[in-house]
Amino acid sequence: MPYLNPRELTGKLIAIEGTDGVGRSTHLDWLQQWLEVQGYGVVTTGWTRSALVSKTIEEAKQGNFIDHRSFSLLYATDFADRMENLIVPALRSGFIVLADRYIYTAFARDYVRSGDRQWIRDVFGFALVPDLVCYLRIDVETLTLRVLESKGMNYWESGLDLRLGADLYDSFRKYQTLLIEEFDRMAEEFGFQILDARRPPDEIQEALRVKIEPILTVSPKTRESLIAQTGNKRHSG
Amino acid sequence: MTALSPTLDQPHPYPGKLIIVEGIDGSGKSTQLLLLKKWLEAQEHRVFFTEWNSSELVRETTRRGKKRRSLTPTTFSLLHATDFASRHFHHILPPLKAGMLVLADRYIYTAFARDVVRGVAPEWVRKVYHFAVRPDLAFYFRVPIEVAIDRLLTGTRAQPKYYEAGMDLGLSEDPIESFRLFQSRILIEYETLVREYGLIPMDATRSIPEQQEQMRAKVAQALKGYRPKRGTHGRRTQIFWRRFAVPQSSGAHGQTDRDRGH
Repeated sequence: MPYLNPRELTGKLIAIEGTDGVGRSTHLDWLQQWLEVQGYGVVTTGWTRSALVSKTIEEAKQGNFIDHRSFSLLYATDFADRMENLIVPALRSGFIVLADRYIYTAFARDYVRSGDRQWIRDVFGFALVPDLVCYLRIDVETLTLRVLESKGMNYWESGLDLRLGADLYDSFRKYQTLLIEEFDRMAEEFGFQILDARRPPDEIQEALRVKIEPILTVSPKTRESLIAQTGNKRHSG
Repeated sequence: MTALSPTLDQPHPYPGKLIIVEGIDGSGKSTQLLLLKKWLEAQEHRVFFTEWNSSELVRETTRRGKKRRSLTPTTFSLLHATDFASRHFHHILPPLKAGMLVLADRYIYTAFARDVVRGVAPEWVRKVYHFAVRPDLAFYFRVPIEVAIDRLLTGTRAQPKYYEAGMDLGLSEDPIESFRLFQSRILIEYETLVREYGLIPMDATRSIPEQQEQMRAKVAQALKGYRPKRGTHGRRTQIFWRRFAVPQSSGAHGQTDRDRGH
């Protein structure tokens, strides 16, 4: 994003990643409270929550279109909208931004559909690298039980568009297994902090705070986009 | 990388043909494409037509963004890419794979020119559209900015559209002046694209029939060796009658004309 200067951003960007059903939103609520009690300004943002396209995504999920590239690009639009209109202004003002899912969710979902890692990463090339990515890791056995116990399995979380299994259950397990595998691979590649999401919520929260604590005190580092800026030669405005 | 999906880097492997036109508003590209379509259809080709920014979903979102004034160069670019990806999947690839002709009014080069002028990185937008099929023929209708403005003012539209004029960039309060400034920059980008992607430049100041003649010559050349495929019997009457050794009559033509209405 050549028209942004990432170096002015003094806040911290913390992303919580993980598949469905790992309790991300609960932990984010608790983290926000904890940080605010300490006097930090906190802004939260979540996947598909942009004012611009959240409605469009809902409509798309109703079947207006189905191909994976359109979905990935729509997620990218959602992300870009939140990034430019929320995350960047908040970081500029020194807030701590807690992101419920980040670009890695899009990477994993696109990869299991396309088999290609490069394109989706290129699309998200404008994204800021978070100061910290916490990955709430779960195994597919536990995840399956949890999802069934709570809200049940739905079309998209089961990856039914991929036709991986004979029924909802089979499809869910295969799809989530692929996602977890890809998250594990990315954890290594991008240096996620891995937390075991099968432990009791209190313990997970404690572990998250231990990871976050040191980030709060370090001086603002030099930020770069995820992928090296390439386009500034001709257009600096 | 999946070997299955084609990319912009090489010619597509499909039996169909993709012909696209590019140019700024007022260059006359849509008129030329329409005339080309008539000509191809008169030759019994089944022609698919698709245009930029046509899906309801994206148009609605763009409207929402305009109201909130929250569209940025990146979100603007990604929205159009979403629309394109959906059309590429639904309307461009299937007929190409089936061996049919696809005509596109504007293609990815519109994004390459326009989004870059809006402020996104040229390399980035090219990567975003990397999955697009490379056209068999790409015409660029080159027109001086004053001619385009004249055509817009005297034509059916009294004023350029909001985004076509780049009004969101705040170049000028006056839509015409904003159009002039914005589209002039786009013209410069298009020249880069002509060199980069070998778009066929057309002198859009020449008369409509002259341009069309030139265009048809190029298309005829590109379609050499192309074997059209059809699924319906309606326009095969000549072959049908020949098989039964009945002399051709004007009646057969009457039937094709009626079918053409659909």
